[in-house]
Amino acid sequence: MSNENNGIPRTTPRQSYTFNQDVNSDIRRAAATGIYDIRGGGAKRKVPSFDDLLFMGASISRYPLEGYREKCDTSVTIGGLNASNPIELDTPVTIAGMSFGALSGPAKEALGRGASAAGTSTTTGDGGMTPEERGHSTKLVYQYLPSRYGMNPNDLRKADAIEIVVGQGAKPGGGGMLLGQKISDRVAAMRNLPKGIDQRSACRHPDWTGPDDLEIKILELREITGWKVPIYVKVAGARPYYDVTLAVKAGADAIVLDGMQGGTAATQDVFIEHVGQPTLAIIRPAVKALQDLGMHRKVQLILSGGIRSGADVAKAMALGADAVAIGTAALIALGDNDPKWESEYNKLGTTAGAYDDWQDGLDPAGITTQDPELMARFDPIEGGRRLHNYLSVMTLEAQTIARACGKNHLHNLEPEDLVALTMEAAAMAQVPLAGTDWWPGKGGSY
Amino acid sequence: MQTFDLADSDLRTLNSTLHAQNDDTNQTAWTIENPKGAHAIACGLDAPIEVTIKGSTGYYSAGMNQQATVNIKGSAGPGVAENMMSGKVVIDGDASQYAGATGHGGLLVVKGNASSRCGISMKGINIVVHGNIGHMSAFMAQSGNLVVCGDAGDALGDSCYEARMFVRGSVKSLGADCEEKEMRPEHLEILKDLLEQAESDAKPEEFKRYGSARNLYNFNIDNAY
Repeated sequence: MSNENNGIPRTTPRQSYTFNQDVNSDIRRAAATGIYDIRGGGAKRKVPSFDDLLFMGASISRYPLEGYREKCDTSVTIGGLNASNPIELDTPVTIAGMSFGALSGPAKEALGRGASAAGTSTTTGDGGMTPEERGHSTKLVYQYLPSRYGMNPNDLRKADAIEIVVGQGAKPGGGGMLLGQKISDRVAAMRNLPKGIDQRSACRHPDWTGPDDLEIKILELREITGWKVPIYVKVAGARPYYDVTLAVKAGADAIVLDGMQGGTAATQDVFIEHVGQPTLAIIRPAVKALQDLGMHRKVQLILSGGIRSGADVAKAMALGADAVAIGTAALIALGDNDPKWESEYNKLGTTAGAYDDWQDGLDPAGITTQDPELMARFDPIEGGRRLHNYLSVMTLEAQTIARACGKNHLHNLEPEDLVALTMEAAAMAQVPLAGTDWWPGKGGSY
Repeated sequence: MQTFDLADSDLRTLNSTLHAQNDDTNQTAWTIENPKGAHAIACGLDAPIEVTIKGSTGYYSAGMNQQATVNIKGSAGPGVAENMMSGKVVIDGDASQYAGATGHGGLLVVKGNASSRCGISMKGINIVVHGNIGHMSAFMAQSGNLVVCGDAGDALGDSCYEARMFVRGSVKSLGADCEEKEMRPEHLEILKDLLEQAESDAKPEEFKRYGSARNLYNFNIDNAY
C-alpha cells in the first residue's frame, strides 16, 4: 500500500484500542455461534498480583538464617480446632480441587502420587472420589459441592478432610459445566446423568442457604464423620471479610479462599474475566476477619488463585495465609500446555501456553480429557514424579526467601517483610510502596 | 427395644451409639424420646435397624441414611433424609424444605405435606408425599421417582434430567424443560409398587406423569466450532 494518495500523505492504519483484534474476534465468534465462549482456566487479564511485591530481606536490623543449613520449618497443621484428626502437612503447598471428569483418571492419580510424595494433600472435585485418587493420596480432601455428584457417606468417611465448596475464584456465584464430549460412560455413571449431555452443576447448595443453615450442615457432616476430620469452607474472592467471618461463625476449621486467577474446568469467558477479585486483593480482608474474631492461626487460611512459585507461597504466607493451593500450576507441572505438543495445539487453532478449551476433551497432553487414546499419552507415575519435583522446588524457594528474611518457619514471615512496586499492590496488600512508609488507605479500616 | 432420651443425653452420644451398630447387630429397634426439634438426629446410619423418633425433628434428620428405617412421629425440619442411599424414612407429619434432596436410593414417605424443593437434585431416591408439595420441587432431579398424591406448586421439575414425577392433583406450573409425559404400563407398575410401600390408597390411574423434555440437554449452538 502506498504511503501517498495523489501526493497527499496517508495516515498510518490505526487499530482501535476499544475494538482491537481480540475484541473483534470475540464479536465474530459470537455472531457465528449464538453462544457465549466457554473455556477453562482462570482470568487471563493482567491484574495486580504477587509479582508487584518484593521482600526486603535481612539487613542490620534483621539478620538472616544460613541457607541450606539452618532450620526453616515448612510444616502446617490444618483443622485442629474441632477435628480429632487434623491434617498434618510437610509443606504448605496443597493441591486444589479438580474433578474427575474435567481431568482423566490417570491425571487424578498423578496428582495424588505427587502430593503424597511431597507430604501434602490433594482434593477431589465435582464428580466424586475415584479409587485411583483415594488409593494414591495419603491425605485427600473430599469436596462437598452443590451438585453432590457422586456424593455418598462411604466416601465421606474415607476422606481426611471435607471441603464445603461455596464458591470458586474463577466464577463466584456460578456453577460448573462439563460438556457432553467429556461425559463418558464412567463419568456419566459417577454423576448419575445421561451420557453425552452438556452437564450443568448447580451454583447453590440444594439443602442449605445462608450461614445459619451452613452451621447446621457442618454439624451434620461432623456427626456423620464422628468429629474426626477437619471441615473446610471454600469461598471465592467475592466479599472476603464477610465471607470469612460467616464461615468461621458457621464453624469452619479452615477457609479456602480462591482469587480470580484460579482456574475452572469450563465456564463462560465473560464470567472468568469479569466476576471476582484478584488473589492479591482478597487476602488482607480475609486475615483481618480472622484477626477480628481472634481466630487467625486457629482457623487456617488456605489461599489459591494463580500461585506459581515459592515466591508466591512466601508472599501469601507473609500476608497471613497458613497454606496455599495450586491447580493450574500443578497441571502445567504434569505436562499441560507443553510446547512438545505444539503441532497438535496448532491443529486445534491455538498454541502451547494458550490452550484453554479443556471442555472439549481434546487435550493433546492427555490430562483434561476422557478420550482413551489421548489419556494413554499421560503416564501417571511420571506425572507424579514431576509434580513432586515441582512441589519440592516451590518449598525450597519459599524457604530460601524465609531464611533471607531471618525466619525459621514460613509462618513467621510477616507483612513487614514486604514492599510493593505499584500503588495498587500497596493498597491491596497494605504494605508500603517501595521507597516510602505509606500505602493508599493506610490508617483506614482495611 | 433400646430407648434413648435426648432430654438426658446429647446428640453426639446418640449418633455414635447408632453408628456403632453393624449388619449383625441384635439391637435392631431403637426409640428416641424428646427430640424437641434437634438437628442431625439419626444421620449417617448404616445398619439394618429401625429407629422411631417420638416427636418432631430439626434439620437433616436421617441424612445420608443407609439400610436403616427411620420413623418420625411428628414433623421434620429441612433436609430430612438428604442424600439417602438406601433404607426407608417415614414422616407422620409434614416435611420442611429440601426433603430427600440429592438422595441416591431408598424410600422417603411424607404422610403430610412437603414444602418447597422436595426432591431437589434427587439421584435415584423414591419419594412419596401423601399431601401436597411446594414450589421448585424436583429441581435438577436426575433420577428416581417423586410421587405426589396431592397438588404440586410452581415450577415442578425445573431443569430436570431423567427423574419421573407423578402427580395426582394439580400442578401450579411446570419448570423449564419439564413436560407432561405419556403414562405407560411400566409407569403404572412403578406407581402401584411405591404407593403400596407408602401405604397410600391412591390409585395409579389417578396420576399424571411429568419428566424432562430433554431440550436443555445440550447447548443450542447455531454453528458450533
